[in-house]
Amino acid sequence: MVTPVIDGDAGHTFAVTPVRQAWQVLEAVPDPEIPVLSIVDLGIVRFVRWSDEGHLHVGLTPTYSGCPATEVIRHSVAQALADAGFADAVLEEVISPPWTTDWITAAGRRKLAAFGIAPPTTRQVACPRCGSQETQCISEFGSTPCKAHYRCNACLEPFDHFKCL
Amino acid sequence: MSEDLFRFLLRLGDTNLVLAQRLGEWVGHAPALEEDLGLGNLALDHLGQARLLLTYAGEVEGQGRDEDALAFLRDAPEFCNLTLAEQPNGDFGRTLVRQWLIDGWQRELYGALQGSTDSRLAAIAAKSLKETRYHYRFSAGWLIRLGDGTQESHARVQGALDELWRFTDEMFSPDEVDNRLAEVGVVPHLPALREGWLAAVDEVLKEATLKRPASMKYPWHGKKGVHTEHLGHMLGEMQHLQRTYPGAQW
Repeated sequence: MVTPVIDGDAGHTFAVTPVRQAWQVLEAVPDPEIPVLSIVDLGIVRFVRWSDEGHLHVGLTPTYSGCPATEVIRHSVAQALADAGFADAVLEEVISPPWTTDWITAAGRRKLAAFGIAPPTTRQVACPRCGSQETQCISEFGSTPCKAHYRCNACLEPFDHFKCL
Repeated sequence: MSEDLFRFLLRLGDTNLVLAQRLGEWVGHAPALEEDLGLGNLALDHLGQARLLLTYAGEVEGQGRDEDALAFLRDAPEFCNLTLAEQPNGDFGRTLVRQWLIDGWQRELYGALQGSTDSRLAAIAAKSLKETRYHYRFSAGWLIRLGDGTQESHARVQGALDELWRFTDEMFSPDEVDNRLAEVGVVPHLPALREGWLAAVDEVLKEATLKRPASMKYPWHGKKGVHTEHLGHMLGEMQHLQRTYPGAQW
């Protein structure tokens, strides 16, 4: 069981609040479809709160309403939190405001590009391998609900683009 | 009021569920891998929207029915999806015509429902609208490509449009449930959505070199539980597992 320690409490040089500790746990939970991203990078953790009753509350939002990864993520989060001592954490589904790719963090966007997936953009999609702007949409839907399929006309490599939502 | 809201959520939820099942029939059969993925992804989005709506419907009803009970343990007359959604896939063009007609309607409906006085319905609509806009881009793009394509593709999508158009009147024809909910601002006044939808329809048809069929006041009542013969067959397949092994989980 976690003993809540007030952040900044005198004498606790390394004091960590349960909320901060939970964020650290969540930052290590990978997205099941794009494991280079954590669910925090993806922007689907909407809040972490410590309730007056002494429970941890975590708000999760689905990316696409039909994304099959949503339930896997819920299980991984519950498991990771339980392993860290938050066995009675309450997971809440948040659908408003709806998830947007704008919530993917700057670190998340860098990780996507390094992994070979072009990060979401409303401008011309650049090839994540050679950086060329000479790219073409092959299919508006890809291997997961959040991706579209592209091809680079310069280096001829096919790649995924994280759709803008 | 809660009985009306239950009914409305069921109608919109069922329309999404039935359409998702129809689209799912394409998986492994579409003309190209990209289109297979596209139709499968559309199905997933509609299924996700159906889950949000049916879960809420079950809570409003208060009889302990969850999304699964509503999806798998009701018979055809208890389904209240739009008649258009249950129409068989036919060829790829016909599926895309059905999709485009529904996408356009959903774009108007979800857009207006964002302002619903029911905050949960407004939230579901805002989430779904983002997905619907993408669907519309896909289906309208295909309609233009097929309509303004070969003689064969043009003839096929025009034929599908002529055949399916009769079911569109139901989308904008309110009954007493819709009217009572519109009075209290839970849902928009349905006939008011028709104009925006029709303008978008005409714009795409023009580019697709297709003709809008004459309007038809045919009384389809899918949303009142009166269905074409196709729904029962579809449900027979969709519900088979839960009917044969009640409560099965995996």
